[in-house]
Amino acid sequence: MPKAIEVTGLTKSFGKITALDNVDLTIHLGEMVALIGASGSGKSTLLRHLAGLEVGDPTDGSVEILGVTLQKRGRLARDARNQRGRIGFIFQQFNLVGRLTVLINVLTGRLTKIPMYRSLFRLFTIGERKRALEALDRVGIAQWANCRASNLSGGQQQRAAIARTIVQQAKVVLADEPIASLDPESSRRVMEILANLNSQDGTTVVVSLHQVDFALHFCPRVVALARGKVLYDGPSHGVSNALLQKVYSGDPELKTLNLTGTKGLAVLPKEAA
Amino acid sequence: MSLTDAEMNSILNENKNLKRSSLVTFSYGVAAVALFWAWEGAEIRPYDLIRYSDNMITFVTDFFPPNFMDWGTYLEEMVVTIQIAIWGSLLAVLCSVPLSLMCASNIAPTWVNQPTRRAMDTLRAINEIAFAMVFVVAVGLGPFAGVLALFVHTTGTLAKLFSEAVESIDPQPVEGIRATGANKIEEIAFGVIPQVMPLWISYSLYRFESNVRSATVVGMVGAGGIGYTFYELMRGFYYDQVAAVLIIIIATVSVLDLISARIRKIFI
Repeated sequence: MPKAIEVTGLTKSFGKITALDNVDLTIHLGEMVALIGASGSGKSTLLRHLAGLEVGDPTDGSVEILGVTLQKRGRLARDARNQRGRIGFIFQQFNLVGRLTVLINVLTGRLTKIPMYRSLFRLFTIGERKRALEALDRVGIAQWANCRASNLSGGQQQRAAIARTIVQQAKVVLADEPIASLDPESSRRVMEILANLNSQDGTTVVVSLHQVDFALHFCPRVVALARGKVLYDGPSHGVSNALLQKVYSGDPELKTLNLTGTKGLAVLPKEAA
Repeated sequence: MSLTDAEMNSILNENKNLKRSSLVTFSYGVAAVALFWAWEGAEIRPYDLIRYSDNMITFVTDFFPPNFMDWGTYLEEMVVTIQIAIWGSLLAVLCSVPLSLMCASNIAPTWVNQPTRRAMDTLRAINEIAFAMVFVVAVGLGPFAGVLALFVHTTGTLAKLFSEAVESIDPQPVEGIRATGANKIEEIAFGVIPQVMPLWISYSLYRFESNVRSATVVGMVGAGGIGYTFYELMRGFYYDQVAAVLIIIIATVSVLDLISARIRKIFI
């Protein structure tokens, strides 16, 4: 199976703190992978390195996306911006431009594919606009296309952000805590859309999640991080309570919680669980 | 998890201790000395206001009744003044867009933003009147010198204000645009400009208002507009006509302030 993502020996330190510690990770095309781990375990940092938004320490580490080197020894590849065009990124806080319409926000997914004079004057063709609208229809918010993004609810904004990656025709979608700021119902819809991208279009999806039950439900493969190291990498049915204890033992916020009950948290509606 | 009484007291007292610190007392002392020093330097003599009050009353009564004999000329000059302000402001706004991005520490690297900022400081430090005197020599007497003077000084001010708006943007949407693979210019066009637009428009209109006021004075050094008329009348002791000019200036500036305040409200 061809590789979508290949991380070798990636290390990243912020001052004295080691956020990623010699991480190796291979993800194949068409996989749907959940990244779990306590706050500060390196989930976000790893995802940001996969999109080239962050560069690793100048050691031997490297990140290859779709067979092309994106960063190596702490340096971004020359064509990093172009490569990002093939990588969709979903942020916890959606990161849409609030004062632009939803449609224009989605159309920014086309920026790497059109000449500068068109992008600067927002001269998108009718065909591009229709495709953006189709993407919005697919995530179920086409009726909001001409509203300012800031007027949408969190769940709707996150779906618009997913529509942007659809317009991007991203082969790889990285989602950094996409549902951490959403209510349970919106969370479920966002995860269903991501799972649909994975099953219908064969998009490779890597999603970091705080809610273990969502991870286990939607992703066949789970990668657990703790203190910047891969603690577990395998099928989601292999995730045990003992492992979860270990994964979250470093999280001060979760210390007081009874983790044996994590799997049973009533976050998922009955029919989805 | 509960706090003890002692712990609560120590948290609550942190603020009080700061207020009573000797540093605060010291700064009050410095402020008092500075005020006294400036009073001396500025030769402030409140008593003179009373002693020479007769003179002032005589002087002020000379302004009344205002003489609107030449009102046609005054209005024409007032229109020229507004025209100077329009072009001086517009050119400044156009130049401030790229310059402000070059001043912003979150957009341009230090080796670009520091020199640009110092250049803008210089433009701002020199008053419109000083620039007007320079441009009168360069391009000759008349409104064009006024346009250039306002343009140069306003660019210094607006570039700074614009760049402060740019520096206070939310970086997350910009990163969202970056993640699509956009280049730096596209990041600015889609991620930065939409965020700063309301403030930029508001600042531009505000500067236009103050440029109408400034345009009334650049005329005094020969850079066109109603300022020159004012200066000539003042020098000829035609105080009743000066009063008429002042009334026209006040009326125009007030009306433009009102209009521009209305427009600004739409964008905030």
